[in-house]
Amino acid sequence: MAEAEAHGHGGETRRDFIYLLGGAMGAIGAAAFAWPLIDSLSPAADTKAASTTEVDLSAIKEGQAVTVKWRGSPVFIRYRTKDEIARAVKDDKASMPDPQPDAARHQDGKPQWLVMLGVCTHLGCIPLGQSSSDKKGDFGGWFCPCHGSHYDTAGRIRKGPAPKNLPVPDYRFVTDTRIVVGEKPKKAAA
Amino acid sequence: MAMQPAPQPRWMRWVDSRLPIFGSMAHFNAYPTPKNLNYWWTFGSFAAITLVVMLVTGIVLAMHYTPHVDHAFDSIERIMRDVNHGWLLRYVHANGAAMFFLVVYIHIFRGLYYGSYKAPRELVWWFGIIILLCMMATAFMGYVLPWGQMSYWAAKVITNLFSAIPLVGEGITTWLWGGFAVDNPTLNRFFSLHYLLPFVIVGLVVMHIWSFHAVGNGNPLGIDVKSPKDTLPFHPYYTVKDVFCIGIFLLVFAAFVFFAPNFMGHPDNYIPADSLVTPAHIVPEWYFLPFYAILRATPDILFINAKLAGVIAMFGSILLLFLLPWLDNSKVRSANYRPAYRVAFWLFVIDCIVLGFCGAAAPEGIWLDISRIATAWYFFHFLILVPIIARTERPKPLPFSISEPVVKTAARA
Repeated sequence: MAEAEAHGHGGETRRDFIYLLGGAMGAIGAAAFAWPLIDSLSPAADTKAASTTEVDLSAIKEGQAVTVKWRGSPVFIRYRTKDEIARAVKDDKASMPDPQPDAARHQDGKPQWLVMLGVCTHLGCIPLGQSSSDKKGDFGGWFCPCHGSHYDTAGRIRKGPAPKNLPVPDYRFVTDTRIVVGEKPKKAAA
Repeated sequence: MAMQPAPQPRWMRWVDSRLPIFGSMAHFNAYPTPKNLNYWWTFGSFAAITLVVMLVTGIVLAMHYTPHVDHAFDSIERIMRDVNHGWLLRYVHANGAAMFFLVVYIHIFRGLYYGSYKAPRELVWWFGIIILLCMMATAFMGYVLPWGQMSYWAAKVITNLFSAIPLVGEGITTWLWGGFAVDNPTLNRFFSLHYLLPFVIVGLVVMHIWSFHAVGNGNPLGIDVKSPKDTLPFHPYYTVKDVFCIGIFLLVFAAFVFFAPNFMGHPDNYIPADSLVTPAHIVPEWYFLPFYAILRATPDILFINAKLAGVIAMFGSILLLFLLPWLDNSKVRSANYRPAYRVAFWLFVIDCIVLGFCGAAAPEGIWLDISRIATAWYFFHFLILVPIIARTERPKPLPFSISEPVVKTAARA
């Protein structure tokens, strides 16, 4: 009868409760220890710290493009011609996978400066179109040779497997001819 | 008739009574193996010996390799030029990866032809698929280590597959990279995992072999062993056959290593990684081409965009294999007795080869159309054709036992 006394009344026993509690504590302990291991793989503090790049735009002529490295990835900076801007604005209403007006692709009052991450949103290749001899695709912007994505003169995806427009990173005009990539624009300037 | 094993020395008995290690080895010696296994059954041994070769060369290569973005490429060049026999170790390791996939693919097709995935060997099949997935991960991460152009862009493209996952995709890729692009943290963790996974594969191979030793080997007739007359002890009959065949396999392996070591490689990988320039034509190694073709061929499907659909189709093409024992519920295992399935099998082999060519070609024009048809056929084969055949086909009569046809043929001669 000592056995029966160790049991509770409603069919559940103290031993069941201890099993459950022990199991739960074990699971929580394992999860608590797993988290530091998993999170250690996320970007480290020094990786995050090296996250702004300053660029001098004064040497770039109209129609030219430069590529700078920011956070290990290329950033495309293009001084767009009037034609290219007009072509992008004209297509604002065209059907595209990731619709965005040209105005949302550049900072206010500076439509000539297009600053984007030069990383194809499909699988991460670097699209062609930065140098004048490059293949620029069907829309005169950029063309990704890996899997055939075409971007227009505002860096919007128009054709091919990429799902999104080339992302516009945070960047701030320090002066009219200098930008810092990786910093948000100041509210007052906007 | 059975050979009496020599009595064990005292020290062996001492060990065995504490840890039955020699007794287990005796299991492998005496393991009753169907006596009608053909040469396609030796490819499992080829895979095993290749795994050992990869482990041994890999461990030594790791002693000379530096997993850092500034030094990785140079350390590989040092292995090629300065380390004693380094060129040999690296070429054996690099070509060994290709040979590994070659023999494993043949091994898998053998399983598909002879119905090796059917009851009671579903777990053998499952462990095999898991081994294949681990091999793919290991091969991919190993390919990244030399830090050449193809290494870098392979890492970039493949890790970007995970960015297709809705909502959490971007976060997952950043976590995989340990940064905001493929960089030193990525290389370090790939090296660590590339060293780890082969040992995981060894463990899985043990499970793979254990799971068919428990129920016995399949065989080309696809019928069960009925009596001891149908089998031979594994040693010496199959050990000798396997060793002889491994000799021939190693000749082919050596031919690549010594006479065409870069035949299956890409010259672009002898250019150091440059994160700002993508090579004009990036393709994976040949053993990934069919899957690469499926990835690129998949268009938008309903509300799923082409990128995500491609990733789902590519992973799905392998995960689908887990269901095969139930998709094909025909009781007859061997395609020799299944006229319709046999045709479907060979069409599937052709389909995989076509997908391979599609994966190597640029995804434009006619090649895109062919890849789409071949991709559709891949899924049609497993999801529609095989289940329908299994449920409607009239198989040919099976022989009564494994020894019966042999006895008949002998009588006729």
